[in-house]
Amino acid sequence: MSSNNKPVLLYGGILLIGIFLPLALPAFQTQISVMWMMVTFALTWDILGGRMGYNSFGNIVFFGVGMYASASMQHELYFDIGQFEVISDQFNLQLTPEKYLFGLGLGMIVGAVICVALAWVLGSGILSLRGHYFAICTLGLGVAVGELAGTIDYIGAGSGMAAPVFPLAMGSAGLFYSYFFFILVVVTFFSLKWLYSTRFGLAINAIRDDEDKAEAMGLHTTRYKTLAWCVSAFFLSFAGAGFGHLNGFIDPLDVAFPGATFGVWMVLMAILGGKGTLWGPVVGALAFHITQEFFWSTLLGWQRVALGLMIVIVVVFFPLGIMGWAREKWPERFGHILEEESS
Amino acid sequence: MTMLLEVKGVSKSFGGVVANHDISIEVPEGKIIGLIGPNGSGKTTLFNSIVGYHPLDVGSIRFEGKEISNLIVPQIARLGMLRTFQQTRIYGKMTCVQNMQISVSHRNTSIAHMFAKFSPEVMEKADRLLEFVGLFSKRHLMAGDLSFGQQKLLEFAMALMNDPKLLLLDEPTAGINPTLINGLIDRLKRANADFGITLLVIEHNMRVIMNLAEHIYCLAHGEMLAEGEPADIQNDQRVIDAYLGAH
Ligand SMILES: Nc1ncnc2c1ncn2[C@@H]1O[C@H](COP(=O)(O)OP(=O)(O)O)[C@@H](O)[C@H]1O
Ligand SMILES: [Mg+2]
Repeated sequence: MSSNNKPVLLYGGILLIGIFLPLALPAFQTQISVMWMMVTFALTWDILGGRMGYNSFGNIVFFGVGMYASASMQHELYFDIGQFEVISDQFNLQLTPEKYLFGLGLGMIVGAVICVALAWVLGSGILSLRGHYFAICTLGLGVAVGELAGTIDYIGAGSGMAAPVFPLAMGSAGLFYSYFFFILVVVTFFSLKWLYSTRFGLAINAIRDDEDKAEAMGLHTTRYKTLAWCVSAFFLSFAGAGFGHLNGFIDPLDVAFPGATFGVWMVLMAILGGKGTLWGPVVGALAFHITQEFFWSTLLGWQRVALGLMIVIVVVFFPLGIMGWAREKWPERFGHILEEESS
Repeated sequence: MTMLLEVKGVSKSFGGVVANHDISIEVPEGKIIGLIGPNGSGKTTLFNSIVGYHPLDVGSIRFEGKEISNLIVPQIARLGMLRTFQQTRIYGKMTCVQNMQISVSHRNTSIAHMFAKFSPEVMEKADRLLEFVGLFSKRHLMAGDLSFGQQKLLEFAMALMNDPKLLLLDEPTAGINPTLINGLIDRLKRANADFGITLLVIEHNMRVIMNLAEHIYCLAHGEMLAEGEPADIQNDQRVIDAYLGAH
């Protein structure tokens, strides 16, 4: 068997897992959906954090905005604005499958457009900050947007809003969203794999390695940095749309803009798996999510402590992350060449 | 003779330190011009002013007849004037080939370019220029793993990759193994003669600059001390004093 078969086997294996895992474990379909969402989080965080050297703690903004935009679209299409202020438990937003899917699809498109535009505006403003200044600014952004969302009546303000109920005729919401997020992760992964092989990929690497040099070489650094954030925002908006509909209820601080959980986990998962590597964010997110689910059920009350410990261990002993460590250990397997060629 | 670069009456101070005072130089198209002076005489500061790294206190800088002192660094670079750094700057976590690829000219980049792969011509040119500076056999190594001298050669090749009209080199031979210096001088001359790139070279090594430049400016304490042909500069008592006084 030649080594060329390896990617085929790997991708084929993952495809089989993506298709059959939710069927085999019907009780865990929500966790499986969230697992693929976590991989999307880590992959999109790594665009700036790993490939471009800009640590963003505010990417959660695009997740929440995508979520609100898609849910609001459903309301715009099918319900009176007054109706959804009646809170969800007694009020069911029932739709036919056609309407539900059309609303979801249109909502995702609107959400993606809004998120990309927002990333462009925010990026043009704060991506001129470097290093810690950028990181701190995005942290503030994440907090501010959550608070801000709680004041907007149109989206239910602090009491939140409901997404339409998953149509009964479509079967299990868990199965639908397991596949939704699996497709999202596959599309995100291959889009990024391709993007990293273009001029864009090398340009953001150059910005990471030496931004002053990149400017001195005439690179459009501001444009590349802003575009990179737009790419993150684009894919995150779909994750937000899916999660809002899966969860059914959207609250500004706990569901749409959970900076202290999802927002921080994005960063941790990418670092755990290995920043700036293609598979690192995937491996990191899977490892993180599975361990976390395990801690959750066995270490009740102590799960956060265990998670914290795991993070400390990773940062101290594997500062390059799992894939970064593997790349140092077996560079040839990653296509790196250490010896000069004999000519 | 057309002037590619005209610097007129440029001054720059940092707090109380006058790094450049009323400096004027001219770089005609196609020539190799030298800029010398003891350490701290303001040579690097003048380069920084020319490429838009910091605003001028007073003065004018024209490139191809166009005033550029109000432009920012990447805009000036895209006009076709590039600089290399005294401390050498390369992209350490990328391979030599990748360093070369991303150094192509960004003069006409559209959004479509930004998301396109590099053309075979770019690949071929990267290989050819790495060959030119003698780094071809190391082209797949991480640039950060090269020796200092090799990184300097890579930085030079990256600049050539960009097809500049004018290249400002800040001490290209500093830190290079003395046995390799003649080879580097030869390459600088070929970049000028074969590729048609005008050079403005800061150099600390007198033997190198006398070999290389057709016209030399000498700075001392931020002032223009002397200018002329290499032979005149070599015998100029003020220049000799400035150098002796500095050591
Ligand atoms: N960014 C800066 N801030 C403060 N002082 C500076 C700065 N850059 C250069 N200088 C000062 O300007 C003078 C000229 O420095 P420089 O241009 O680096 O000299 P050279 O390249 O000829 O050795 C020195 O006294 C240096 O300390
Ligand atoms: Mg200097």
